Amino acid sequence: MGDFKVKVRKKARYVNEDLCTGCGSCAEKCPTMVVDVYNAGLGKRKAIFKYFPQGIPSVFTIDAPECRQLGQGKKCGVCAKVCQAKAIDFEQKDKEVELNVGAIVVATGYEVFDPSVIPEYGYDRIDNVVTALEFERLLSASGPTAGHLDRPSDIAFEKDLEDLEKEHKKLSRQVKPDANDGMAEKTAALEVRINAMKDKKATFQTAKKIAFIQCVGSRDFRFNRFCSSYCCMHSVKEAMIANEHDNDVSSSIFCMDLRAVGRGFEEYKVRGGKQANIQYVRGRIAEITEDEAKSPVVWYESTTSRQVVHEAFDMVVLATACIPAAGAAKLAELLDVKLDSNGFIKTDSLAPLNTTRPGIFVCGCAQGPMDIPESVAQASSAAARAAETVAQVQLAVATG
Amino acid sequence: MAEEIRIGVFVCDCGSNIAGYLNVKELAEYSKTLPNVVFVKENLYTCSENGINEIKAAIKAEKLNRAIVASCTPRTHEPLFRGTCEEAGLNAYLFEMVNIRDQCSWVHMQEKEGGTAKAKDLIRMGVAKAALLQPQETIQSDVDPRAMVVGGGIAGMTAAMALANRGFEVTLVEKAPELGGMLLRLDKLAPSGVDASVFAAQQTELVQKNPKIRVLTSTTLNEVQGYIGHFKVSATSDGKSEEFGVGVIILATGAQVLKPIGFYNYDGQKVITQLELEDRLKAKTLDAKNVVMIQCVGARMEERKYCSRICCMVAIKNAIAIKEKNPAAGVRILYRDIQAYGVENEALYQHAKELGVIFIKYDPAKPPKVESGKVVVYHDLLGRDLDLPQDLVVLSTPLIYGEDNEAVSRMLRVSIDANKFFLEGHVKLKPLDFATDGIYLCGNAHYPASMREAISQALGAASRASIPLSKGVMTVEPIVSNLVDEEACRGCGLCVALCPYGALEVVRTEKGRKVRVIPVACKGCGVCAATCYQHALSINSYSDAQVGEQIKAFLTV
Repeated sequence: MGDFKVKVRKKARYVNEDLCTGCGSCAEKCPTMVVDVYNAGLGKRKAIFKYFPQGIPSVFTIDAPECRQLGQGKKCGVCAKVCQAKAIDFEQKDKEVELNVGAIVVATGYEVFDPSVIPEYGYDRIDNVVTALEFERLLSASGPTAGHLDRPSDIAFEKDLEDLEKEHKKLSRQVKPDANDGMAEKTAALEVRINAMKDKKATFQTAKKIAFIQCVGSRDFRFNRFCSSYCCMHSVKEAMIANEHDNDVSSSIFCMDLRAVGRGFEEYKVRGGKQANIQYVRGRIAEITEDEAKSPVVWYESTTSRQVVHEAFDMVVLATACIPAAGAAKLAELLDVKLDSNGFIKTDSLAPLNTTRPGIFVCGCAQGPMDIPESVAQASSAAARAAETVAQVQLAVATG
Repeated sequence: MAEEIRIGVFVCDCGSNIAGYLNVKELAEYSKTLPNVVFVKENLYTCSENGINEIKAAIKAEKLNRAIVASCTPRTHEPLFRGTCEEAGLNAYLFEMVNIRDQCSWVHMQEKEGGTAKAKDLIRMGVAKAALLQPQETIQSDVDPRAMVVGGGIAGMTAAMALANRGFEVTLVEKAPELGGMLLRLDKLAPSGVDASVFAAQQTELVQKNPKIRVLTSTTLNEVQGYIGHFKVSATSDGKSEEFGVGVIILATGAQVLKPIGFYNYDGQKVITQLELEDRLKAKTLDAKNVVMIQCVGARMEERKYCSRICCMVAIKNAIAIKEKNPAAGVRILYRDIQAYGVENEALYQHAKELGVIFIKYDPAKPPKVESGKVVVYHDLLGRDLDLPQDLVVLSTPLIYGEDNEAVSRMLRVSIDANKFFLEGHVKLKPLDFATDGIYLCGNAHYPASMREAISQALGAASRASIPLSKGVMTVEPIVSNLVDEEACRGCGLCVALCPYGALEVVRTEKGRKVRVIPVACKGCGVCAATCYQHALSINSYSDAQVGEQIKAFLTV
């Protein structure tokens, strides 16, 4: 305590931070498209990228394994050619930084539970079953659908149509009027198929009826016993935003308990029910199937009618659990702090920021699920404990 | 010769928050036609590092002497843009912000044309005002490095110790004769199982032994004057009054438990509150064989809409205590939603079930009925009434606002919410600060909180309070009242009487009685300037001339 020596590895970003102005010409010209993790895989980005538009520092990074030059041994270097600031540095290496500090605050956050391990919810089988985080990206005005609730199945269909149209264009060029090679017939057949798909596309509409399923991977003895704290409120929020965006949207939130415990939360929940077409349904979903319109069908026992019922929705949103970050265990070992039985960093309810090692403090979801106000408050609290530790050390030094 | 006014206008798309609903291209083109505007730029995010760099570059290259950003709210982004201007060598107060998002694109999502026209009006008004802006200098003031913590419960004691351990002098003021607050009434703490009174005694001793903490029990506050860095407190302890100065104040005044008079035949004997149950658990006088607990009594209803956050866990904690003492006792909890949020709470809830505590959900439209020897409740799953035997009914009632909250709110000029709990400055960004500078909050005064949360918030509030204390100097916005025409002032004192912040005083000068502004205390609300019939006072950056031009610009299309 009071005197930690820390070695930090700063990963190479292959862009000189001091020179990059964040103008984005590199990403504009980069030829490599990569699945955009920030947009929950729903969109694409380039191999040289910024994680999200307002990111700090506003500096680009090369995704080395995806980059033609760095990861795939091909000749490229387009980004270096277009960069006026001369900021691209393919030779950059990881750097080791040594720090000498009096206290350490762990604020490494959490990860979201992967629902594909719950077979009955069909997350990896049914296009229109999405996670809450994916749904957030769909709702986001700067997300892949500009805030419109396009159904993932429709997005995939449109992508297929686009690919076929490209193929059609290619084939059309190869058709020779006199040749009897079947190309003309093949092209015509493709055109018929494309036209049929276009007709179908014209019938698509954005999602109007949405189901939210709570406690996906939480309060479930097969996965995590704990409650993830914030998901009830984000489902209410998402249902409210979806309705604000399109007043025809109605939502059903399926939950065991609707946990609205913060200031104004209960009032918000009630307002959602009255003004945003939200229905709160008590029950645990048994299974989700898919109908021919690609709509997920939710099966559950209605506790009011005491019968098993099923209902089709345009989209299902899974409120996935807040789980310890993948690196938490390794970090805990490195810092020599203990984890709790769930894998979060262990704290004491009467000394809530303290880890098991003096001088190391933890705040936010690294110590367990909590919402934003609580995380922000805890960040200040951890800072208080860290400052107190350092002040005590300084005082001890000063008084010899 | 007057300097040529050169205005730059930056129109922000805010991703699609603005560009998705307004025609920003048109706004940018329109801005170019406005008087004195020499440069216009549209940005995807003006607040991104790119946007900021573009403002800086334009100030230099185009010799801008006024900058306008038409984007979101000054509440969150004005400091950033002002700082940007300053870095580019332009006085920060030659910046004007036009909000075309919160009250424009967001509220006119379905009406692109009308919304765009309104944004044009707003930009035109901003441009008109910007032309008259004057440079201002920030005001500096020193900070008294001492703190006062109000309330000697666990939150107050924790906050006081956190500050004292940093080396700051703290006065801890408690209304009751002893420290400990609500802890003194509780039996055990969950989930630690620690005896509440033992914990209270330990913490009290630590506080009392701390040489930096002065404890004033049986003390009430009479008056608090002043402002961040310089609060003057008048308090009465055991009939004796004293005055002292502090730089910051932390409010940790707690809450009280609602007495459920009129609910479920509450009598304090056979039908009691959870707090009364804790009294019996603590005194080991509980002998009930069948206990029925009813949740949300006086909460989540028309008169009191909020959920009190902690009562489910209090019920579960006490149910476990009863079961541990007497496993044969029947404990049934009638609830609406079990609020066992998080890791520890959910684990405790499961533990209670393992011990045989029975949880039955009730519908508020069909509330349980307390009858002699039984409670009748409609069971949703069975679809019929259930008779539950009882020899004790425990009502879980919400925490409600502290009895002094309204008075304290007036005394310190801090906000309370509709339920009379103290209200933080921003729900997400400033959960522990009041909107009034230099005053912070934590614990049940803010909203019902568990022990873990109260302690955590107290440390956080101390951390926030330590920022001005350790800086020693306060920098205050110069958008304050200003005696622009001393001749005109007659020293009538009308403004002094009306100022809600105590930021004005009448002083004797060579020219007679004149008003004097205390800039650090002034919030720039403008009440004084609006009332002064001599027009002697004016608010910097909001002068009559500036606002007048804005109105004129609105009326002339």
